[in-house]
Amino acid sequence: MQTMIEVQGLTKVFTLHNQGGIQLPVFSGIDFSARQHECTVLFGESGSGKSTLLRSLYANYLPTSGTIRVRHRGEMVNLTGAPSQTLLEIRRETIGYVSQFLRVIPRVSTLDVVSQPLLERGVEQAEAYRRAGELLNRLHIPERLWSLAPGTFSGGEQQRVNIARGFIVDYPVLLLDEPTASLDQRNAATVVELIRQARDRGTAIVGIFHDAEVRDAVADQVFKIKPEQAVEVEREAS
Amino acid sequence: MSADNIRAGYNFAYLDEQTKRMIRRALLKAVAIPGYQVPFGGREMPMPYGWGTGGMQVTAAIIGADDCLKVIDQGADDTTNAVSIRAFFRDLTGVATTERTEEASLIQTRHRIPEKALKEDQILVYQVPIPEPLRFIEPSEVETRKMHELEDYGVMHIKLYEDIAQFGHIATSYAYPVRVNGRYVMDPSPIPKFDNPKMHQSPALQLFGAGREKRIYAIPPYTDVRSLDFEDHPFEVQRWEASCAICGSRDSFLDEVIMDDKGGHEFICSDTDYCRTRMAEQGEIA
Amino acid sequence: MTAKPLLQVRDVTKLYAAGKGCANVSFDLYPGEVLGIVGESGSGKSTLLSCLSARLAPDQGSIHYVNAEGEQLDLYGLSESRQRLLQRTEWGIVHQHARDGLRMGVSGGANIGERLMATGERHYGDLRATAERWMADVELDIDRIDDKPTTYSGGMQQRLQIARNLVTHPRLVFMDEPAGGLDVSVQARLLDLLRRLVTELGLAVVIVTHDLAVARLLAQRLIVMRRGQVVETGLTDQVLDDPQHAYTQLLVSSVLTP
Repeated sequence: MQTMIEVQGLTKVFTLHNQGGIQLPVFSGIDFSARQHECTVLFGESGSGKSTLLRSLYANYLPTSGTIRVRHRGEMVNLTGAPSQTLLEIRRETIGYVSQFLRVIPRVSTLDVVSQPLLERGVEQAEAYRRAGELLNRLHIPERLWSLAPGTFSGGEQQRVNIARGFIVDYPVLLLDEPTASLDQRNAATVVELIRQARDRGTAIVGIFHDAEVRDAVADQVFKIKPEQAVEVEREAS
Repeated sequence: MSADNIRAGYNFAYLDEQTKRMIRRALLKAVAIPGYQVPFGGREMPMPYGWGTGGMQVTAAIIGADDCLKVIDQGADDTTNAVSIRAFFRDLTGVATTERTEEASLIQTRHRIPEKALKEDQILVYQVPIPEPLRFIEPSEVETRKMHELEDYGVMHIKLYEDIAQFGHIATSYAYPVRVNGRYVMDPSPIPKFDNPKMHQSPALQLFGAGREKRIYAIPPYTDVRSLDFEDHPFEVQRWEASCAICGSRDSFLDEVIMDDKGGHEFICSDTDYCRTRMAEQGEIA
Repeated sequence: MTAKPLLQVRDVTKLYAAGKGCANVSFDLYPGEVLGIVGESGSGKSTLLSCLSARLAPDQGSIHYVNAEGEQLDLYGLSESRQRLLQRTEWGIVHQHARDGLRMGVSGGANIGERLMATGERHYGDLRATAERWMADVELDIDRIDDKPTTYSGGMQQRLQIARNLVTHPRLVFMDEPAGGLDVSVQARLLDLLRRLVTELGLAVVIVTHDLAVARLLAQRLIVMRRGQVVETGLTDQVLDDPQHAYTQLLVSSVLTP
């Protein structure tokens, strides 16, 4: 199985220049990798830097030191120091990211929010809408809501729209930040199913799951983070 | 140049020779660059701006002792302005004057081109109030000069567009903008657009003088002069249902004349010489 | 990278005084990319934008633009007439104050049609139809086509300005605080419209704004300027979520979130 993400010596320290230059170390010297056909769960107590690590993998946070290499178009590309154009291309083609909260844009319909990643890849609108509809159905978003902007939806509904948007493209790498946090059991089960299906297609998944049940259901490997240091990797049979 | 029959104490044609030479240099440049506005050091004339001081300076700079001068105002030889300017030049040059278009070697005009086609040895001098055709949309002189330089003329069609949007047709009927020699957009002075086609490929030399704004421009003989328009709203001249109440002409530019207090009105030729000539011809035939 | 940059900016410097203007700015802009320039008033954003859009010659540095024919043009090596041609065909410039970008004395329809007339369109019916289409596209009431912009609201004027620029299908649009000075609700509508048009038309955009929310909504990439200098660049979400420079951190932390 090919390695899709290779992290070496990753260290993140936040420097707050406007508060006397306080240094807030999050983690240091992290080494880990994620492979195709595997779901890697990031695990650690609150404040251990799980989200920070996940965001670093999406180039949303800038590492203080270390390297993050991602297989993009068949080659390992170092995210740190890559030009913005390359990062945007990687986000368009290689890495998908489901954040904890949907960033709502006023007046953009649910169907458009979900199908946008497909449209950006040049898929015809009708086909993109069809696939968006399929996912929304599976996630139990009633069709009468599809033409509305998700701004007025409940937290759970917004999160499901967000998940549909993340899963609509078969990204080689998919990053999930607590995707089931505000979902009921029925929808959490759908998400588990989506994750497994993506993994079986070959996607390398890296995720944070609060819910132990979901975590156990999807994890192929668990990567434990302790604040300021990386610890061992446990492998589990799934 | 005979000094005998001009008013004592004045130079021939009022302006001093230095000034005339300066104006002639501006005229030469204007003829060399058809439609381009040449600045010149305009002088005070013994009449207010707006009464034709630009046209008079041009006339004064080019008139010679053996010229025959005709002056018209709105087509008529007998209106105050025309009579005064004609008298002015007769007093200060002693040249022959005429009301007959074909006899004149030099015609100064305000707001009309004679109906009778001009010839190669004739010069038509226009009095111009506002020489800049782009002024209506662009108040800055620096910018309009730049627009001319760069042939940035898209705005000219805005005026015509606005006409059609508002009235359903191009309603601009005076000072209708033209493009000269395929290059400069020019204001033909407030002549009716009826006269615009007469400028195109005219055998006569056409000179324009703006006194207040101190600009001179020209159309040399046999120059292309095109009126701006749209493909689906082509340039058209005015037409009248009526004919001239005096000479019966259906082809000339007609003025509406109120006849009484009851709203009675007639149309008559604005070009008095043209009308008179037609009457004379009809008299001969009759 | 497959595409060639549309705009190559190298060491562009235009200083009115020390710290006033912009200094040593370099970046590439690719087709379809939206670049935000953020920073507070007086940071040199607008000066830079004027340099980029061939309206203000820099003291130093170079700006190259690849036109629709694929020729690489040195902006300030071009004649003024070619600069103007670019500005009214392949480029758009959206000003903060609509009256700087509109002809207030002529109708909305004529404002939209001007660029087309300037590039040789001479069919009134076609001009009219195009103007109506663009009115609808920027969500202006077609019944207002013959009204002058002076009778429009601020938001409508701004949308008219956008239509007037996009009518020639530009490849690159420069925007200076396009939503500045508008009511919040009007602003949201305008930004949404811009976002939609930028995506639909595949426009490359350089947008100057002091509003980080605007930057986040529209820009993929950011340049942060302070006292004429670029202090930070990067992907928009990275710069806003994990700002590195003290000034950017200050900017981000100064935003009020309701």
